[in-house]
Amino acid sequence: MSLPVLGPLIAAAVMLFLRRLSAQRFVSFMTLGVSLVASATTFVNIWDDGVIRVVRMSGWPGSFAITLVADRLAATMVLVATIVVTIVLAYATGQRAPDERSSFYHPVYMVMTAGISQAFLAGDLFNLFVAFEILLMASYVLLTLEGTNEQVRAGTTYVVLNILESMVLLMAIGLVFAATGTVSMAELPARLAELPDGVRMGLQLLLLVAFGIKAAVFPLFFWLPDSYPTAPSSVSAVFAGLLTKVGVYCLIRTQTLLFPGELGNVVIVIGAATMLVGVLGAISHRDMKRILSFQIVSSIGYMLFGLGIGGSAAIAATIFYLIHHIPVKTSLFLVEGIVARDSGSSSPDVVSGMARRSPILAVLFLVPALSLAGLPPFSGFLAKFAIVRAGVVDAQWVGIVVALVVSLLTLVSMVKIWVGVFWGDVEPAAKVSTVGVLRHQRLMGVSTGMIVALSLAIAVAAGPLYEFATLAAEQLLDVAGYVNAVRSA
Amino acid sequence: MTFIRSAILDELVDRWLSKVAALVALYVTFRGHNAPGGGFAGGLVLGGVFVLQFLTGREPHLRHRPIRRPTMLLGAGLLMALGTTAVPLFVDAAPLESHIWKPDIPVIGEVKVVSSMFFDLGVFMVVVAVVLMMLLSLGARGSSLVGDDGGEVS
Repeated sequence: MSLPVLGPLIAAAVMLFLRRLSAQRFVSFMTLGVSLVASATTFVNIWDDGVIRVVRMSGWPGSFAITLVADRLAATMVLVATIVVTIVLAYATGQRAPDERSSFYHPVYMVMTAGISQAFLAGDLFNLFVAFEILLMASYVLLTLEGTNEQVRAGTTYVVLNILESMVLLMAIGLVFAATGTVSMAELPARLAELPDGVRMGLQLLLLVAFGIKAAVFPLFFWLPDSYPTAPSSVSAVFAGLLTKVGVYCLIRTQTLLFPGELGNVVIVIGAATMLVGVLGAISHRDMKRILSFQIVSSIGYMLFGLGIGGSAAIAATIFYLIHHIPVKTSLFLVEGIVARDSGSSSPDVVSGMARRSPILAVLFLVPALSLAGLPPFSGFLAKFAIVRAGVVDAQWVGIVVALVVSLLTLVSMVKIWVGVFWGDVEPAAKVSTVGVLRHQRLMGVSTGMIVALSLAIAVAAGPLYEFATLAAEQLLDVAGYVNAVRSA
Repeated sequence: MTFIRSAILDELVDRWLSKVAALVALYVTFRGHNAPGGGFAGGLVLGGVFVLQFLTGREPHLRHRPIRRPTMLLGAGLLMALGTTAVPLFVDAAPLESHIWKPDIPVIGEVKVVSSMFFDLGVFMVVVAVVLMMLLSLGARGSSLVGDDGGEVS
């Protein structure tokens, strides 16, 4: 179980000795293959029996050890993350972008993978903080690897904001430790419950702020649409698909394990505001990558809305949304990368008529785009339907109205991209006007296709998956079960 | 940037300070198991030596051989630390679990050796390597100091 964390780190160390790009690529894919097998095994085992797996690093007793805990949600997230990371790396290899050719790209990419896995598996708050630092350090490098002016400018905001987030998180963890004497997530629920209400609420708010910055939640979302578009497409695809999800995942943990059901209304209000602000940003922009980045913010709002409602149905809907959103968002950024590589830009001022030049690419865009907007029969429809249904049960009428309006506006922003980039006549300045766009970029096309296929598979297998999400949600809400599993391990 | 280049400083740093500090660094590293210290602190002490060498206007060097490719050191340190983490997995122990030997060495007496020492040494190497990389890439005058490795912050 510790393989998805340890493997990529060891690979990163080995790659520092390899100077040849092909050797680095080989090591990367081998490692990811091994992690894939390992995380799939853990996932299948947990799917079968639902028993929480615990690994205690260093063999120390009790909460002194570094614990890795895999419950249903964590195992699923690690598996999905590993799949997405692998496919995007294949895409980056096919893209032959300058950043992938740097001798530091592959090691840093591996470090980021390890950080993401560790964040999902962390069994104590401090370990979680370390995981965050690992993936953030790696993301700083990946974001600015090409070193263009724009990247450095946006990178500065990104680094400053994330250091701020780390400080808040570290402070919160310090205060939690001061108040309870432990940072182990298995010991905390009982100890936190003994604290006075004011202290507990203060700690919860601090943690929410810290994870909220990471998840790009209103009003701390502004760094995301500013920095993600400047990164190379493959990098921003992973960032968009996974990094903010790590923040959401931590919010889910905070709200279900540490402070079950508290401040739910605050989370709902923040969620609704996040949806709205994100989508307004999306429809007010023209650039494809910026629209896509703002849509991430609005999607995070949906997850918060579900999380705030609470209860197993709403949490299950949130988990389903979380899982569906990863491949959908990633594939949209990958399509953008193909467009940008072909035409030198993805701005509708420069590109148009993509659908005529490459119908396949248009389909690859259309499927995740409609899914994100929440149109049936795609996975996004099911995810949004589940969240809205949970809202109806809980009588959150304002939130539901916001969610539906935002869904419509998301479609509007997608139509903007569609009309600008894919419809219309082929721009006269196009270098290749007759040959298909994808013919030159096979590997990129195939890997994008694989992610789109993954999101379609989620829609097809929605029944069993939703059942699994319900089981995962019930496991999340069963705090005593988590505590006992970790204690007895 | 002008560097303080004086014979006395050179002499002081190169002949005396760096050697003493290197010893201190090793001492700090090895006492780290049961007392304050350890690989991180030790690495910082040795890193401080390289910073001093740099401030006297030279490249960081060991025995007058300039160090140009700290990436290798970084990799080696990481491998060592991660190796210590992973090896217990093969002997049915928890990752990172430490084994303790207490060999009896003549004259010195009983010595306590722990396998987590290798982890500490790994951390030591990583810290030194990171200090060197910062010096070589941020402090380079022109590209000659950076060598063929210094692209990481481009």
